Amino acid sequence: MERLTGTFKVKSGLAEMLKGGVIMDVVNAEQAKIAEEAGAVAVMALERVPADIRAAGGVARMADPKKIKEIMDAVTIPVMAKCRIGHFAEAQILEALGVDYIDESEVLTPADPEHHIDKWQFKVPFVCGARDLPEACRRIAEGAAMIRTKGEAGTGDVIEAVRHMRLMNKQIRMVRQASDEELVTLGKEWGAPVEVLRLIKELGKLPVVNFAAGGIATPADAALMMQLGCDGIFVGSGIFKSQDPERRARAIVMATTYYNDPKVLAEVSEDLGEPMRSISAAHLPERELLQVRGN
Amino acid sequence: MRVGVLGLQGDFREHLTVLRSLGVEARDVRTKEQILEIDGLIIPGGESTTMAYLLEKTGMLKVLRERGAQGFPIYGTCAGMILLARELDDPYPEQRLALMEIAVKRNAYGRQLDSFEADLQIKHIGSFHAVFIRAPKIVRVGSGVEILAEHDGAPVLVRQKNLLASSFHPELTGDPRVHRYFLEMVAQG
Repeated sequence: MERLTGTFKVKSGLAEMLKGGVIMDVVNAEQAKIAEEAGAVAVMALERVPADIRAAGGVARMADPKKIKEIMDAVTIPVMAKCRIGHFAEAQILEALGVDYIDESEVLTPADPEHHIDKWQFKVPFVCGARDLPEACRRIAEGAAMIRTKGEAGTGDVIEAVRHMRLMNKQIRMVRQASDEELVTLGKEWGAPVEVLRLIKELGKLPVVNFAAGGIATPADAALMMQLGCDGIFVGSGIFKSQDPERRARAIVMATTYYNDPKVLAEVSEDLGEPMRSISAAHLPERELLQVRGN
Repeated sequence: MRVGVLGLQGDFREHLTVLRSLGVEARDVRTKEQILEIDGLIIPGGESTTMAYLLEKTGMLKVLRERGAQGFPIYGTCAGMILLARELDDPYPEQRLALMEIAVKRNAYGRQLDSFEADLQIKHIGSFHAVFIRAPKIVRVGSGVEILAEHDGAPVLVRQKNLLASSFHPELTGDPRVHRYFLEMVAQG
């Protein structure tokens, strides 16, 4: 019997399965096991978590394939990995490794000043960051099967993720209310492909899953983002740069499921030890912002 | 008739949408108390390790296992099927419902690159377009398990009295016929 692989349905379908869950950054097999046992729905295999990338400076690239394979062998949950914006050769390598999702990520140093990867050329699905709806639309037009807020990675400060989520929600409301001719004008003003805007108007929401990412450090942060309407949570440095990663990981998983139940949130927020060492995103100079990379 | 969809994680909203399109009162279920207020339950697609962790942590696992053993209708899709299986063919033991006499191998169709769409012939239903996402494979079925559909020689939709399980995701294709079949089971249950 015939099998169709690499269709948009199966690419976006995996993201649908991740909804209501937490995707955790890990840098080795041991951390991946801890994440899986704590209830993560997927792990992001990395050389360094964003906070360390930020501290190290220089050029951040795709992780060593050996490291990614170790992590893939350690867990049954999906494994994601990051490539640089526009670096389609890194993406080809990640696809050859058989990773389950590629994050074309602003956390790594961009490889192309103007273009993102043409993601339609790949059978492996891609997730991309966005700060607003037009940016999300451009990524979807390029073939992204999942979107996440950019936030400001590696800070432990949730304000940028909140800003991006609220702006997307507001712009989705604008699209829903726009007439057909207004949609064309919005598309022109925003630099957003009008076909994607039409789809959003028809569905009343993004045509793909939208997670929150960039600065989530506590169970309360995860609940805040879920209540703002995101479909799930990425936690980068927030878990393994905290004092008690296992406990915090479990607490964030519970908070993502019971985001509407303050009693559960109070219970799981208790006695978690120190969060990651955080920096206020507002105090970062423009040149240190990751969210402005790729647009 | 009130049907629940386990709302701990995964694509539970898609199941709720299909159920409501069939005119059924449907709700997401996140506590053990809520399990007692419904006539049947769907366990959606998602990550089985995540759901197993949360089921155990909330005490829902025990309640659900007891009800399931007493004839309460449960339909597991993908991750839900893993939770229903008595045997799991991989080295990661975990807490499951273990109610169905089937052996399941996780991700046996491959990783995401091998996720696929295919047309099936389903008993009592007919031809059905199905989506398989990092799907678990049924490698053995025990006595009392009826095979309702196969793909490439492996069962992909099976029933054991009040229990139904599929490797694929009928909630993703907008075709409500498998859900309707489950609702008939609930009505009879």
